[in-house]
Amino acid sequence: MKRLKMLLAAGLLALAASFAPLEAAEMDSNVPTVAQSGKPTVDQTWRDVRNGEAGIVTGQPAARGVLIQSEGEAWRAFRNGKLAFFGGLAIIGVTLSIAGFYFWRGKIRMDGGPSGKLILRFKTIERIGHWTTAGSFLVLAFTGLMLLFGRWIVIPVLGHTAFSWLAAFGKWLHNIGGFVFMAGLAIILVLWAKDNLWDRYDWGWIKGGGGLLKAGVHPPAAKFNFGQKTQYWMVILVGLLVSFTGVNLIFPYTVFELHGMQLLHIVHVAAAIVMILFMLGHIYIGTIGMEGASSAMTNGYVDLEWAREHHAVWVAGEEGKTAQPDWITHGIKSGQN
Amino acid sequence: MARMKFLCDSERCIECNGCVTACKNEHEVPWGINRRRVVTLNDGKPGERSISVACMHCSDAPCMAVCPTDCFYQTADGVVLHNKDLCIGCGYCFYACPFGAPQYPTTNNFGGRGKMDKCTFCNGGPEADHSEAELQKYGRNRLAEGKLPLCAEMCSTKALVAGDADQVSAIYRERVMARGFGSGAPGWATAYGEQKRERKGQNAPEK
Repeated sequence: MKRLKMLLAAGLLALAASFAPLEAAEMDSNVPTVAQSGKPTVDQTWRDVRNGEAGIVTGQPAARGVLIQSEGEAWRAFRNGKLAFFGGLAIIGVTLSIAGFYFWRGKIRMDGGPSGKLILRFKTIERIGHWTTAGSFLVLAFTGLMLLFGRWIVIPVLGHTAFSWLAAFGKWLHNIGGFVFMAGLAIILVLWAKDNLWDRYDWGWIKGGGGLLKAGVHPPAAKFNFGQKTQYWMVILVGLLVSFTGVNLIFPYTVFELHGMQLLHIVHVAAAIVMILFMLGHIYIGTIGMEGASSAMTNGYVDLEWAREHHAVWVAGEEGKTAQPDWITHGIKSGQN
Repeated sequence: MARMKFLCDSERCIECNGCVTACKNEHEVPWGINRRRVVTLNDGKPGERSISVACMHCSDAPCMAVCPTDCFYQTADGVVLHNKDLCIGCGYCFYACPFGAPQYPTTNNFGGRGKMDKCTFCNGGPEADHSEAELQKYGRNRLAEGKLPLCAEMCSTKALVAGDADQVSAIYRERVMARGFGSGAPGWATAYGEQKRERKGQNAPEK
């Protein structure tokens, strides 16, 4: 009896077993393949990794979970490629254009010759604002260009060790100088914003080519002409952009993550190059390009003849302010300049 | 001449972090710095894989290309090394590196980051081999002793393989053939893309 029971059990088991593969096969056909399941396959994982998908990492900053960040190569390609090439080309091109302009037009002289009478053009605070911005800008421009082009231009001359010291010092100057620049920007924003708004003389100045192209042509202008206004708002707007990106580069990974830093760097450099290009023109016309211009920012006084030619409206306003012309109240400094 | 490469077999890595510890101990890496790290993908899900990654010593190394002071150099073995005396800690190499390898010992104000530190493939730096200065700045120089990187040597499952590229890929190929799955060699296309193209050219059918 017991044996029969066992035999029956074994038979049932065998029967069940014979059906099992069939059942399993049926079930298997319903099981989707890994690719269909929507579960991550290894192939898909590698694709994700290449696209910057992060994993987890133990005992180290979570950001290190990213295995491959391809944006870095894009950053490298743009910085070493287009940015350096076209940036360098633009700086050389604009410098050569200015040199060409100088040989074609020559120094823009005072048509009437210096009158010997001086008028105060920029007060001390205005000059402080200008030189705070300008001085720090020069330092920032040179140290910044050194980081972008120094490897190709300065290292072959100075060698690696000397350049490294220079670059380390330059980096420090650049970091400190940035804040000086921002202070200068704030001063000139407060001082000159109202004088740089569009006025009725600007269109005439544009039509007259600013008097730059032909001797003897002097479209009237108030305190600042349209060219100066363009320069001014470029400094303010591009300066703010450079400052914003710069502050975030000085405090890396505080607000922005890696990809943000790469973008900030590109914007910072591109904007700075734009500013350098404008400044090449500004420095030229303020120094060797025009007779009698530079003293406005050194001792603050310009020749009355110069002022009448270039800022006729402003001179009239200054002279009308007081019963006596401004250059008399501030004393005539004849013989200077 | 050998071309040194790392390869991490993600089918074998068990995320023990032995490589990270071995590296840190061998080179007495400064606080807060790990030259190597183990990343786990799909953690706790089907298809979980772990990969140990450090500097891959790329053929066309992005760090080398962007360094303003030109402090990087590639040895005859293809190892990418750098000169800490020239490094100004600008952080550009970290922007460029696909593998996040460069590390900086300090985070001072004004972006001061100290001299960059990264995996040297246990090959020291520009100083004389086995000199005190080299040990201080870059850690031990095992390659100069005829040894391979310690992280790979210590790897308990031999997931991390380091050495001459031909031998490394031969080992990996053999493994993939034997188990019939799990190829991929994570990061190789990014790090050694150029070499891959060369090989493709060599294998092109003759006409």
